[in-house]
Parts: sequence; C-alpha cells; structure tokens
Amino acid sequence: MKRFFLATVFFAVLLLLWDAAFRARIWSPVLLPSPWQVASYLKNAAVDGTLFKATVITMRRLLIGYFIGLFVGLPLGLLTARWKLFGDTIGTMALGLQTLPSVCWVPLALLWFGQTEAAMLFVVVMGTLWSVVIAAETGVRNVPPIYRRAALTMGSKRLHMWFKVILPAALPFIVSGMKQGWAFAWRSLMAAEIFVTILTGFGLGQLLHYGRELSAMDQVIAIMLVIVVIGLLADKIFFSPIEKFLHRRWGTSQA
Amino acid sequence: MFRHKPGSVTEELQLVPPSKLAIEEVSKSFQSASGTVLALDRVSLNVAEGEFVCLVGASGCGKTTMLNIIAGLEKPDSGRVLANGKPVTSPGRERLVMFQEPALFPWLNVFGNVLFGLNLKPNLSKKDRHDVAKYYLELVGLSRFERANIHELSGGMKQRVSLARALAPNPRVLLMDEPFAALDALTREQLYGDIQEIWKARRKTIVFVTHNVREAACLGDRVLLFSPHPGRIQEEFAVELPRPRDINSVDLAAYATRITKALKSLGQIAAG
Repeated sequence: MKRFFLATVFFAVLLLLWDAAFRARIWSPVLLPSPWQVASYLKNAAVDGTLFKATVITMRRLLIGYFIGLFVGLPLGLLTARWKLFGDTIGTMALGLQTLPSVCWVPLALLWFGQTEAAMLFVVVMGTLWSVVIAAETGVRNVPPIYRRAALTMGSKRLHMWFKVILPAALPFIVSGMKQGWAFAWRSLMAAEIFVTILTGFGLGQLLHYGRELSAMDQVIAIMLVIVVIGLLADKIFFSPIEKFLHRRWGTSQA
Repeated sequence: MFRHKPGSVTEELQLVPPSKLAIEEVSKSFQSASGTVLALDRVSLNVAEGEFVCLVGASGCGKTTMLNIIAGLEKPDSGRVLANGKPVTSPGRERLVMFQEPALFPWLNVFGNVLFGLNLKPNLSKKDRHDVAKYYLELVGLSRFERANIHELSGGMKQRVSLARALAPNPRVLLMDEPFAALDALTREQLYGDIQEIWKARRKTIVFVTHNVREAACLGDRVLLFSPHPGRIQEEFAVELPRPRDINSVDLAAYATRITKALKSLGQIAAG
C-alpha cells in the first residue's frame, strides 16, 4: 500500500512539473501542450473510436508478427544449439542480423512488398526472430550437463529429454528471450508504422506520424503515452507472472 | 489405507535381485592440456550381488570415471563392464547414479523429482507412480516436504531427495559419487545411519566413491584403494564389522587407520 502511494505521488509530481513548465511559457504551447490538452485529445480519440481502432490494428500486427517470430525462432534456436552445422550457419547469421536495428529492414521491406501489410509484418518478424533464436540457443547451451546425465541414467531420451529436461531447464533464458523478442517486435512495428503509410489500417504509429505532419503535439504526446502504457501492461499482465513463478521455483532473487 | 488394485504397487515395491558387476580390464584415457592422462589402466573388479563396495582415492585418480563407465555414461577405451553377465553399453535405469553436485531438477518440486524416473517406467498407472514416490519419500524421511521447491531444502535434504529419486525406479545397482562430500559432519553422520538402514531394507548392489576413508570403512563391505596416474586398484580391504556401524566406534577407527596408512604409502594424503 505504501509502495503504491509513493508511486502515485511520483507520477503526480511528474504531472505537476509538466503543468508548471507549460504555465511558465518557456516553450511555445505548440511544442509543449499542457497535460490537460493531451488528456482531452485522449478523451476525444477514445470517444470517437480512433484510439481503439488504431490500438486493435497495431496489436493485431504485433501479435501476428511476434508469434511468427516465436514459432520460427524457438525451434531454430534449439537446432542451432543442438547441431554444429546449424550453429555455424543460422547461429552466425542470427548473431549478425540481431545487431541490425529493426528500422533498417524498412527500406528493404518497402521495395519488396510495397505499401502493404506484408511489409509491416516482415519488419516485425525480422525484428523479433533473431533475438528469440539467440535466447533459445543460449538457454539450451547453459543447461548444466549434470541434468542431462541424471536424466539419461533414468532412461530419458530424445523427445522426452528435450521436452522434460532441456526445455524446462532452459526456461528462464527462453522467457527472458521471449520478453526481449516482445520489446523488439514492439519497436520494429512502431518504426514500420511510422515509415509505411498504408491504407489497410491506421495503427498507433501512423497516428503518431500524422500528429507530426499536422504539428498536433497533443496527439503526438498522447499516442506516445498510449504506446508506453501498452508496453507496461504487456509486461505486468503477461511476463511478470511467468517471471514470478520462475523466481519462486528456481529460488532466484525476487526483485 | 490405499484403495487400489492389489498387485501393481506392491509388485513395484518388491525387492528386485541386485546385480552382480564384473569390470574387465577397463582402460580409459583423456586428452588434457598437459597431454594424455591415463585415468584407468586395465582395471578389473568384481562386485557381488547386494555388495556395498567403496572406492577410495585422492581426487583425480579415476574413481569417478570408473563410476561413470559402470553407469554407461562414458565408454571405456578398452575392456568392458558386465551387469549380470550383460555388457553395459548405455545408461539404463537398472543402474542409477547419485551425483555429488545437486542434480535435482529445479523446475520440479520434490515430488516431481522423485516421480521423474517413475514416469519413464512403463506399465504403471498414475496412482501407482504416486504411491511409489510417496513410499520412497517416507523412506528417506521427507514426506512432509513433497511440495517443497528444491532451493528451499538444505544440503542434506537435497541428497535425501536425490537418494529417493535414485531408488524410486527400483534399480538393481546404485552408484554413488561422493554424495555426502559437500555436507556438514553432523548431517553426514545421520546419513551414514540412514543409508545403512535403507541398504538393508532395499537390498541394492552399491558402488560408492569417496575420498573419506572413515566414511568408506563405515559403509563398505569392501574398501578398494585407487592410485592415480595411471588409475589402478592398489589394495583391497574387507571390513568385517557388524552392522549398523557407528562412524565413531573404536573398531572402525582401527580399520580407517590401516586404510589411511596404506593410502599414505601410495603417496596420497587422504582427507577425513
């Protein structure tokens, strides 16, 4: 309760500072709108449905891209950890491509796919995939060999070994890889939506982009806030419970 | 108390005849930074059904390698291991290992760990597996902790769970690799008593690796001295003391002194 109270005070102070900066008129109101202007934009956008529609479109793109990234990335990561040939080829490629900021995929995607949903999806998948591959590979490589040996003596082999020993043992790494993949997917989608203006649906990134075009700073800040809140919620609702479970089971530090 | 078909669980808990082991001229070498190390040099050894044999020697004398070869986790360069006359070519649940480091699975709780090997045994119902796991947890005195997570246990409790997990699939041979080395003296003494009782109750062939001479004299029917570089069995002591043996007894100390003397004459300093 005390923690909640302190956090509330922190954010209230932040808002007050913002409001004070606005009232001081140091910057033009066009560049720095008041918190209330931003709130009123949010209210209007929520009432007329723009915000909801944009969020749904963005989340749909994000989830599809993210899950493609996971479903391709996890098995690829396991393969690279298991066989040298995959490690030398796909592993090296993943390591290289992971260092490429996902926005760098946008020009290529635009030329290949044009202003389409496919371009958007491509950027998200490329942003997610490689970090998931590397997390899964690292996870499997870090499984203490003693677990495998113990399981071997008890008669565990092949698929049983993978599903009942290696994957569960690698779970902490895999979950942090999934979390990182999620963050990357989110970043790449925003990059894609800002650069790819297509007519199949306006996502949050596109609202942000048009906010800039129209010099509507209240819109820009409001959409940025929404993006931050979605990121936070995903973490609290989806990843936090899994991480808590892992901490409890493994006895690793509980932050 | 249990409402189940008579038969399967009682059958599963029945004593299986322990195996006899024959190790024939086993050699094994490793490549290390300083060249080839001959870990085992034509080692031969027979272990009778239900016998408790202790392998003693300084670290790096090849006794753990010997254990791994008996388990089927490593292959010898030459020679072979026979369990009940059949060559050992791969690991199998007839010969289960209790490792020195905690090899319990942190993603499962205590009960899940004991169940792990049982789940790999065919022809058992879910209920049977649960009943068998409960029996072994009771045997090692940890019934109250079946839902505990592994990291919540003390070192001694972890080794008890390891023991229950190794015993649960009812192996014919139990291979123990310095299982008590990391425990404090008090916990160890308690486990010496328990392991003797369990050995009496479950009748297994046990090969027990240790560098602690007193521990070996307390537990083993026979104590075998290993010498390193190359790994060989140098000497053999039969411990003829009644069981259960007390680690602090005077007779046992006399045996330990003899064995330590022999170890020292091999140029090894024995701990404990």
